[in-house]
Amino acid sequence: METTHLETDILIIGGGTAGPLAAIKAKQKAPHLKVLLLDKANVKRAGAIAEGMDSVNNAVIPGHATPEQYVKEITIANDGIVNQAAINAYAERSYDMIKELDAWGVKFEKDETGDYAVKKVHHLGAYVLPMPEGYNVKKVLFKQIRKLGVDVSNRLTTTRLLVGPDGRIAGAMALESRTGEFVVIRAKAVILCTGSAGRLGLPASGYLFGTYENPTNAGDGYSMAYHAGAELSGLECFQINPLIKDYNGPACAYVTGPFGGYTVNAKGERFIKSDYWSGQMMLEFWRELEGGNGPVFLKLDHLADETVSKIEDVLHVTERPTRGIFHEGRGTDYRHDLVEMHISEIGLCGGHSASGVWVDEHARTTVPGLYAAGDLCNVAHNYMLGAMVYGAIAAEDAVDFIAGKELAEIDPAAVDAEKERIFAPLLREEGLSPTQVEYKLRRMVNDYLQPPKVTTKMEIGLKRFAEIREDLKRLKARNPHELMRAMEVHAILDCAELAARASLYRQESRWGLYHYRTDLPERNDAEWFAFVEVKKGADGQPEFFKRPVPDYIYPIAKSELYAYDAMRLDQELAA
Amino acid sequence: MTTTTIEAQHAVSIIVDHDKCIADKGCRICIDVCPTDILILDAGDGKVKMAYDECWYCLPCAHDCPTKAIRVEIPYLLR
Repeated sequence: METTHLETDILIIGGGTAGPLAAIKAKQKAPHLKVLLLDKANVKRAGAIAEGMDSVNNAVIPGHATPEQYVKEITIANDGIVNQAAINAYAERSYDMIKELDAWGVKFEKDETGDYAVKKVHHLGAYVLPMPEGYNVKKVLFKQIRKLGVDVSNRLTTTRLLVGPDGRIAGAMALESRTGEFVVIRAKAVILCTGSAGRLGLPASGYLFGTYENPTNAGDGYSMAYHAGAELSGLECFQINPLIKDYNGPACAYVTGPFGGYTVNAKGERFIKSDYWSGQMMLEFWRELEGGNGPVFLKLDHLADETVSKIEDVLHVTERPTRGIFHEGRGTDYRHDLVEMHISEIGLCGGHSASGVWVDEHARTTVPGLYAAGDLCNVAHNYMLGAMVYGAIAAEDAVDFIAGKELAEIDPAAVDAEKERIFAPLLREEGLSPTQVEYKLRRMVNDYLQPPKVTTKMEIGLKRFAEIREDLKRLKARNPHELMRAMEVHAILDCAELAARASLYRQESRWGLYHYRTDLPERNDAEWFAFVEVKKGADGQPEFFKRPVPDYIYPIAKSELYAYDAMRLDQELAA
Repeated sequence: MTTTTIEAQHAVSIIVDHDKCIADKGCRICIDVCPTDILILDAGDGKVKMAYDECWYCLPCAHDCPTKAIRVEIPYLLR
């Protein structure tokens, strides 16, 4: 087990969406700095947008939407629990980012006048910008990375961060998942861009890697930030998505909606007003399935053949192109068949819901010099473009942060302890396979954490998780690849435990299905109009506390705030 | 469910056309781009094979292959 030592100015962990933008923007602002971009896969095809993206879900384009409208929409979509300053920081830069991506060669849909062809999918405003040729996003970003001289290192699974004696970030430690090398990287600033905790619940198919999110996003960043002492936020606000049953990928209503597609129940009737993904929409979806009106389907069979062909040209070419192979295998044709939908297993994701590492409007975490961007950080409903903008914000702030600073000292004892922890499963003669432990852990996540949340179930879940934590000491890996999986199981367990504890801490229901507690079914603004935060306490145990919602930049009337409650078609908003 | 290592009876979802694959001539593109790192060289004929049942059916392997030697099927449990 060789140890390699690296030094850089700015270390970016995660080469998917936020990471490349962080690298590009750091180099644009300060070409003389050393910027190292790592990924556990290969930056060329890493992350949630490995095969591109079929639309921008949150474009804030003059003439179609203003930052004020957008910030209000997301505030309402997230039941008021947002830091508007952080969302506004995205909204203010949304349009410039689109124009810059456009200049680099990313294709967005435009109308005959050359204006961006924005569509309405959200409950209130219009923010969806289709990308029918969005399959080349990663290639476009990689070209910029190469042009600017960013150092890239692939197949490094980062396992822990290093913090200096003054509490400032000092670097990170990683496992090379092919050679089994141990890598210690010192850096003046670290930007975490490791994506969601997408391998948390077990897909109904039982296939461990059949997740909505890229399965390499195992929650490593959540675990690393937590162990480094950073504050995590909203871990009770789960990500649950309406997905193609069994395939477990998006259908995708954002693409089909503007063409006239919509969600129906078994009677062929529409039951939700807006297909935009929110906890409130998911609650109605769940009620329909549980109430005897299921299955639920995406309906496209009423559309003209020409329109369906256009939809296929997007859905079967970009983001998750195997949708076409899946439908072909079952003989499903959108022209005459409905697409059966279901509710996904749970995950944690700032980009889709609102759970992640706490950051301010500069992407700063609570650890000096440590930044978080993308699905990992809690900037609600931030999606792909939000990840890119936050990568940019983080990098530009990090350049200023490190000015005049030396590398922070690293603690050799922490390095030795981590090396011992990582390599224990390889050195052990025999033990449990990472696959088996992961399967059991994620099945327990389904059994005890999948909403609706029940107090007693979550308490039992915590007992099972504690037992599995003991099992981690018996993990056996036969090679570096299995060792990477073993370390991912550690991260998944951290996320499961923190998600259960955060859910128990927030004693109310909020965000529709995302935090629907059957024994506390009402929203309680008097006590819980706040973020639920967690950080690692001095005793090594998680410490939960409330963080007040900062004063709004754009005030919202109480009568407007819960507009997303009225998601069912036959229901009007109670004043 | 004790391991994701491909065993003889496993339904493999990444099908490599051995006549088209040029891994034996040094090509490593699909091995490099696979997010879950499940493709390896077969020690026998030097062509690419799937080593772990950890496929996200995402397609970079197939799309980036210079000789179009790869076909991705939906993993059996999802089909």
